[in-house]
Amino acid sequence: MTNNQAGPRIVLDPGDIARALTRIAHEILERNKGATDLVLLGLHTRGVPLAHRIAERIQSVEGVAVAVGELDVTMYRDDLRKQPTRRAHKTAIPPGGIDDKIVVLVDDVLFSGRTIRAALDALADLGRPSAVRLAVLVDRGHRELPIRADHVGKNLPSARSERVSVRLAECDDSDEVTIS
Amino acid sequence: MKHLLSINDVSADQIQEIFATAADMHDVQRREVKKLPALRGRTVVNMFFEDSTRTRSSFEIAGKWLSADVINISAKGSSASKGESLRDTVLTVCAMGVDGLVIRHPASGAAQQVSEWVDAVVINAGDGMHEHPTQALLDAYTLQRRLGSLEGKHVALIGDLTHSRVFRSNVLCLTKLGAHVTVVAPPTLMPSGIGPWSKDAGFSTSYDIDDVLPDVDAVMMLRVQKERMSGGFFPSAREYTVGYGLTRDRLKLLKPDAPICHPGPMNRGLEIAADAADAAQSVVLEQVSSGLAIRMAVLYHLLAGEES
Repeated sequence: MTNNQAGPRIVLDPGDIARALTRIAHEILERNKGATDLVLLGLHTRGVPLAHRIAERIQSVEGVAVAVGELDVTMYRDDLRKQPTRRAHKTAIPPGGIDDKIVVLVDDVLFSGRTIRAALDALADLGRPSAVRLAVLVDRGHRELPIRADHVGKNLPSARSERVSVRLAECDDSDEVTIS
Repeated sequence: MKHLLSINDVSADQIQEIFATAADMHDVQRREVKKLPALRGRTVVNMFFEDSTRTRSSFEIAGKWLSADVINISAKGSSASKGESLRDTVLTVCAMGVDGLVIRHPASGAAQQVSEWVDAVVINAGDGMHEHPTQALLDAYTLQRRLGSLEGKHVALIGDLTHSRVFRSNVLCLTKLGAHVTVVAPPTLMPSGIGPWSKDAGFSTSYDIDDVLPDVDAVMMLRVQKERMSGGFFPSAREYTVGYGLTRDRLKLLKPDAPICHPGPMNRGLEIAADAADAAQSVVLEQVSSGLAIRMAVLYHLLAGEES
């Protein structure tokens, strides 16, 4: 880990992120005893590329293609009224649907837990999975709701005032997790 | 933007944002649970002082699918028949704590007036012969889905322009999105004063439908509005069809994949032949489902968040 006094501290470099995702992919397969009925749903924005990367790793380990989709929770946020109208993103559920599937929600940072609560509400309107699990790259604590992740890339204790930023090559210029 | 009274209230970027949201809303139509909680707890009143099938039911379903509480008030059942003024009617309704008011009224400018009297968000669902902004948005959205970007595309609007609010909103919207518009009407139905307006706004006018049709990428037929006309604008309905209707023969003049639009309701056989209305190129029903998505997007953008 590098300490940069002038700016944000890097907590995960590209290698760390890659290893964490590989471990998460293995954990998902271990918990599920294989890839049967798995559906990975990435939460916009950065959960989506993470879900795709995890799916690639599962494919290379198990030799099966895993269904991957995208879930937008904007309409289900509990703070919709308190902010100017947000632009919603696409929700793309894989062709097999989510009924009776094991849905693994994928997000970059778990913080208050409100995004995940919104995701559970969104899923309820889309179908009835047999189970819902949560994989996150970083868990920074400070939960405001009784929500927990099943698979965590890194536990990052943080002060409320600190800012945890996740950058991924697909959306930003490189892979990096920083805290400032 | 607080209200949607005219296409002039939205910029080209805002229009594309509405289109993007509408594309997501389209998916809701295919779900099993057609509900999004975005407008839960908001109350929307549809006040329609004129008849409507499409627009009113579209706004009602749009509001309900966004979990808003929607009420319909039509002039026929209201105290307007007892002589109550528009101002008293809207103030009375809004005194009950209404968040959004969707209003259609026979007087041009009614929506603007109402927005000055009430605190609620006002959406113009058609005011007299002035504008019908959500119609223009759904028409442009339908065409964009079919044709890709509207930049540089040639669109013809044909019919009773003088009495058409759809024409006015569409001209503003399509030119804003970069399309070239040609409007076609018989001289008696071409609005007076259109010359200077068309030069300023950059659209063309023509009296010759056969000249214009082969060149266009899309055509929009407007209804011949029998109920608005008290003077004789054309000798007979048959003469109108022969001169300006989209007949079976004129269908052959169009490019094979040029979409045919009509805001509805259609007078089959008058301004549009049944063959054209039911042709593969006809997007009339797509306009209706687009209308629902667009209205959901408009309601969401105006009512979901805090006022910015």
